[in-house]
Amino acid sequence: MSIVTSATSQGIEEARADGPAAIDSLDRALIVATQAGLPLVPEPYAHIAAEVGIDVQEVMQRLRRMQDRGIIRRIAAVPNHYRLGFTANGMSVWNVPDDRIGELGPRVGALEFVSHCYHRPRHLPDWPYNLFAMVHAGSREEAHRKVQMISQLLGEDDHGHEVLFSQRILKKTGLRLTA
Amino acid sequence: MRPDAARPDALDSLDRRIINTLQDGFPVSERPYAEVARQLGTDEDTLLARLKRLLDERILTRFGPMYQAERLGGAFSLVAMKVPPEDFDRVAEIVNGFTEVAHNYQREHAFNMWFVLATETPEAITDVLRRIEQASGYPCYNMPKLEEYYVRLRLPV
Repeated sequence: MSIVTSATSQGIEEARADGPAAIDSLDRALIVATQAGLPLVPEPYAHIAAEVGIDVQEVMQRLRRMQDRGIIRRIAAVPNHYRLGFTANGMSVWNVPDDRIGELGPRVGALEFVSHCYHRPRHLPDWPYNLFAMVHAGSREEAHRKVQMISQLLGEDDHGHEVLFSQRILKKTGLRLTA
Repeated sequence: MRPDAARPDALDSLDRRIINTLQDGFPVSERPYAEVARQLGTDEDTLLARLKRLLDERILTRFGPMYQAERLGGAFSLVAMKVPPEDFDRVAEIVNGFTEVAHNYQREHAFNMWFVLATETPEAITDVLRRIEQASGYPCYNMPKLEEYYVRLRLPV
């Protein structure tokens, strides 16, 4: 803890545009203090400040800075999709032309029922799909209807698709930093 | 519907507005709950009590900063394998035994095992994949993301 409390807010290296962002020991301490969640007290950032041993203004400044740098995507609530009735969760995979994916990917990602959307490499001939979109629905029928909507959006650029429903979680551990 | 699915009518209008509003974001300020409570037409104590209940009942899995792990350094990849059903449990045990494997899902497809690798360096991804292939006897199909178009689980309730 002495290393953490003696660190200053100076000396944070600016990250390269796409490279990993440099964080110092205080940022790291803030991540460790908040990765399980924000405290449910009227002044949550003051609570964290007391825990880490720094000023509340510095906590807020660092959290805003990590948001600006994309280290924190956002501060928000994550719903449990099973508990909200979204029980059919399918990974839809698409074969779209490589020269069209840059335009099509963001349009698929913008659909309300798509939670994650990525361009990934094909492995021909076994795996022809290069666009992945996770679809959440209350039933498989509904999931298939939503996949059909993606297919319509892609039109003639849909060169084939499949939906892979999850059958069983074999392992799930959060990404965790240790103090 | 799974037995643990919440009946949608178990959530009242304030619960729904809290869930929808907090999926979008939360302020960094001295009294952020009071600020959000005002927007929702309620008070700080009520918002805190509701949030606690939604988390206790696992309607929300988490509330707080969402860290983008890639930006902290390290490497990530999605990997798929085609494992014959009779050999599936043995291979699952091998794959899950690697601490670098963060998630592993069985999916209904010839490509029936899908896992996420998280390592300190990009080189370590290649190394872990080689070790999994050697131990399991099956090829790993490495599918790192080339581009991210959208990442956000937002479920309107």
